[in-house]
Amino acid sequence: MAASSKAKSGRRLAFKLTRKRVIAVVLLALGAFIFIESSSLDSELVTTLTFESRPTGEAPAVADIPVPTSAYLLVIGLLFIVSGALNLYEFAVPRWRRISLALMALCGALFIPTVIIAAAAGNDTNLTTIVAESLRLATPLAIGAFAGIWCERAGVVNIAIEGMMLFAACFGFTTLFFLRGTPLPLETAQLLAVIIGVLAGGLIALLHGWLSITFRTDQIVSGTVINILAVGVTSFIRREYLLSTEAGAAKLGNFAIPILSDLPVVGEAIFTNQPIFFMMFVMLASTHIVMFYTRWGLRTRAVGEHPHAADTLGINVNRTRWTNVFISGMIAGLAGAWFSLEATGSFNDGMTRGAGFIALAAMIFGKWTPIGAFGAALLFGFSDSLGIRLQMVGVGFPVQFLQMVPYAVTLVVLAGFIGRASPPKAVGTPYVKE
Amino acid sequence: MTPPSPVLEVRGITKRFPGVLANDKVNLTLRKGQVLGLLGENGAGKSTLMNMIYGLYKPDEGEILVTGAPVDIDGPKDAIELGIGMVHQHFQLVDVLTVTENVMLGNETVSGPFLRRDKARREIEALSREYGLDVDPDALISDLPVGIQQRVEIIKALYRHADILILDEPTAVLTPQETLGLFKIMRALLDRGVSIIFISHKLKEVLEICDDVIVLRRGAVAGHADPKASTEQSLASLMVGRDVILEVDKAEAKPGDEILNVVNLHVHDDRGLPAVEGLSFGLQRGEILGVAGVQGNGQTELVEALTGMRAVEDGRVFIKGVDMAGASPRKVTELGVGHVPEDRQRDGLVASFTVMHNLVLCTYYQDAFAKAIVVDDRAIAENARQLVEQYDVRPPIINNIASGLSGGNQQKVIVAREFSRDADLLIASQPTRGLDVGSIEFIHRQIIRMRDAGAGILLVSSELDEVLSLADRVAVMFEGEIIDILPIGDADRDTVGLRMAGVREQGLDSKMNTVGATR
Repeated sequence: MAASSKAKSGRRLAFKLTRKRVIAVVLLALGAFIFIESSSLDSELVTTLTFESRPTGEAPAVADIPVPTSAYLLVIGLLFIVSGALNLYEFAVPRWRRISLALMALCGALFIPTVIIAAAAGNDTNLTTIVAESLRLATPLAIGAFAGIWCERAGVVNIAIEGMMLFAACFGFTTLFFLRGTPLPLETAQLLAVIIGVLAGGLIALLHGWLSITFRTDQIVSGTVINILAVGVTSFIRREYLLSTEAGAAKLGNFAIPILSDLPVVGEAIFTNQPIFFMMFVMLASTHIVMFYTRWGLRTRAVGEHPHAADTLGINVNRTRWTNVFISGMIAGLAGAWFSLEATGSFNDGMTRGAGFIALAAMIFGKWTPIGAFGAALLFGFSDSLGIRLQMVGVGFPVQFLQMVPYAVTLVVLAGFIGRASPPKAVGTPYVKE
Repeated sequence: MTPPSPVLEVRGITKRFPGVLANDKVNLTLRKGQVLGLLGENGAGKSTLMNMIYGLYKPDEGEILVTGAPVDIDGPKDAIELGIGMVHQHFQLVDVLTVTENVMLGNETVSGPFLRRDKARREIEALSREYGLDVDPDALISDLPVGIQQRVEIIKALYRHADILILDEPTAVLTPQETLGLFKIMRALLDRGVSIIFISHKLKEVLEICDDVIVLRRGAVAGHADPKASTEQSLASLMVGRDVILEVDKAEAKPGDEILNVVNLHVHDDRGLPAVEGLSFGLQRGEILGVAGVQGNGQTELVEALTGMRAVEDGRVFIKGVDMAGASPRKVTELGVGHVPEDRQRDGLVASFTVMHNLVLCTYYQDAFAKAIVVDDRAIAENARQLVEQYDVRPPIINNIASGLSGGNQQKVIVAREFSRDADLLIASQPTRGLDVGSIEFIHRQIIRMRDAGAGILLVSSELDEVLSLADRVAVMFEGEIIDILPIGDADRDTVGLRMAGVREQGLDSKMNTVGATR
C-alpha cells in the first residue's frame, strides 16, 4: 500500500492549497488564540446573557443564561482547533468528510456569540438589545444596498448612492425645517419631508441616468461627480439656510406593529420602532419579489446581463435602465432620509459618513441579491453596535480590535463559503444599439 | 405544379453604412414550407439583410412583404408579431437565466405582474415533444453545450409562434453529429408549415437541405441556384466571383527529421478530470498530421498542453529533441512553434488592439520591434504593412481595431503572425472554423506552403473533410487517446468515422504498439 501511494504522489504534488484548507488554517489560528486567551481569564468570571431590560428583582419572561466565560472559551478554542485540524486533511470516507464540514459550519455559526461572550466577560449583556441595535444601524446600509441592486441589476453602476443619500438627507431635513412655521401637523410635515427626500434621491438619479445612459459617460465618473456635487451643494444649503437658526427637529416617531408589538422580549425592542426601520423590511421583501418573481425583474436582469439579447426580444434596454436608475435613486433617498429625519432630527455636513459605500460593499458581499445584501448589512450593523456597546461597557482590550472582528469574519466567510462574487455581466457598459 | 405561395418577399432593399454599401437592391422570395439558402462570403451582407427583416436595422430603400402585404418593421417586436423568428449567429441567450426564463423573456406568461414559470415550462415541454427539441427547461444556459443552446433559440422563436425562421449560420458552431440533429429538427419544422431562411458557408449543407439558393456578393444578389442542378464547385464560384479550387492541390509529402515527439502525455481539463490519457505520437518535418475526432475528446487540452497553455500532469513533449513539457508559452514560441488557437477571439487576438499590434503579439519585445523598453511602432507598422499585403487581410488598414474585422480576416491576421515567423512546428487548431470558402482556400494553401518549406504541422480539426484533404497521416482521438493513426491512403471517410465513434479495429493492439514504441 505504501508503494502505491508513493507512486501516486510522484505524479503530482501531494498537498494542494484549497479554499477549505485556508479556512482550516484560519480556524486553527483562531482556536489557538481563543484557547490562550481563555487560560489568561479569571476562571470565576461569568457572562450573563439576558434578553430584556427590567428592574432588578423582577422575574424575567425569558430566563437569563449564565455562561462561565473561561470554560466556554476553552471549549470553543478546542472546537476550533479540532475542526481546523480535521479540515486540513482530505478524507476519503464521505462520512468523515461530512463530519468535518459540519464542524466547520458550527464554528462559523458560533463565532459571533463567542465574540459577544468574550467581550462582555464578567458582565451582563442584553442579546435582544444587540440584535435590535444591529438592525437599527443596518437600516441605511441595507436600504442603500437595495438601491444598488436595482441599479446594477439593470447594468448601471451606482457608486453615487452616497451622494444620493446626502442630497436626500439634506433636502428632506430642509423641507421639515421650513414646514415648522406652517400650521401643518408634525406627522404630515415629516411625511412630506421623507417624500421630498425620496424624490430628491430620484432626481439626482435622473442626472446619473442622463449622464451615463443618454450620454454614455463612464458610470463611475458620473457617480463620482454626483458624490462630489452632493458634498458641495448640501453644505452650501446648510450654511445658507439651516445654520442661521437653531436647526433641530423632532425625529420620526415610533410605530407599534399590532399584535407583534405585544410579544414578550422582541415586541418592545424590535416591533415598536421608527417607520424607515420598518421600510427596510418592506424594501427587502419587495426587491426580492420584484427581481425574481416578476416580469419587470426578469427583464431587468436580462438587460443587466446581456442587453443585446433583450433588445432582440423587443425589450427597450435604455428605458428599462432609466426606470431602474430612477427607482434606485428613490430608494437611496429613503436611506438618506434615515440619517436626518429618523436617526438624528438634524442635518450635518457629510453626515452619511461613507454609508453609501458600505452599502455598496454590502451589495457586493451579498452577491447582488437582496437577502444576501441584507445579511451583509446586518453584519456591518452588528459591528457598529458592538463597538458602541463595548465603549460604554469598557472592556479590557482595544475596542477597535473587536469591532474589526465581524469584517474579518466576512472576509473568511466570503472567501471560504460563498466564493467569487460575479456582478451582472453588462454592468458598467452603456448600451449602444448597432 | 404551382410553387407554394410566398410568405416573405424582399424587394429592392438597400442599406448603407458610413462608407459601405451593405445591401444593394436585394430581392428575395421565401415560399411556404421551404428552405431558402442564403450564401455569401464573410461581409457579403447576409447578416445585415437578415437584421433588417428582423427589425434590428431600418432599410434605406425598398420594401418587405409578409404574405403578400407590405409591412413596416420597426424593431424586433414588430417582426415577432409578424411571425418572424431569428436564431442569431451569436446566440442571444442570458447565461445566468434558465431555459424557461430565456424563452419567456420579453413575452412572459404572467398573472398580474408575476411570472408563471410553471405554465411557460409546460409550453416548452410541449414544443420539445412536438419538434424533437430535447432540452431541460430548468437548466441554466451556462451549463448547456452550444448544440442545446441552439435548440433553446429555436424554441424561443417557436414559443412566439414564428412561422418564418431565420437561421444565421446555425451550423458554424456545431459538430457534424449536431448538424444532422439540426437538419432533423428543420425537417420537422418544414412538415408543420414553417418556412426557413438558412444561412451557411458550408456548400454541402446548403445543397442537402435547401429548396432554393440565393447567393450574395458584396451586398448584391450575385445569382440564384437550384440546389438540384448545382454542385459545390458552381456555388463556390458564384459566391467568390471566380473559380475556386475546393480540392487541395498538394504534392507528396517528403518527411524529414522528427520535430515533435509526445510520450505518454496526461493532461487534465478545466474541472481537473483527465482529458488526455497516455497519449503518444511523433511528427516529422515536411508532413501534416491531421488529428480527427468528435469535439471534446481531448483535442483542446492536447493542443493547450503542447503550446504551454495548460499544465502537463505526466509525460514528455519533445520539440526538436528538447523536453518542453510544462514550459511557458513564450519558451515554446521561441523554440520555433507557431500556434493557431481554436478560439481566435479568446486566445488568438487582443480584440481591442490594432491589426499591426496584433501582428507582433509574440515578438514585440524582440530586437526587431523594440529598443530597450520602448516599442518601435515604425518597425511594427512596416512589418504589418508587408504581412497585410502578403496574407490578403481585408481591408488592408493596419490601424483597424481587430474586433472590427470579419472572422475570416481575423484568422488571416493570426495566420500571418504565426506563419511569418518561420516556425518549424505549426500547431493549428480548427484553423478554418466559421470561415467562407475563399478564406478557407487561402489558409489551406498557406498550410501546404509551410509544409513544403519543411515545417512539421499538427492540424487539429473537427471537420473531417478538412483533415482528409490536407493531412498526410490521420490520427483519430477518442476519449483522450489516439486510437489509430492511418496513412492518408488508408483513411477513407468510413474508416475514420468509425474510429471517431470509438470503434477499434481487430488486431489494432499490435499497431498501437508500433505507434507507442518510443515508450
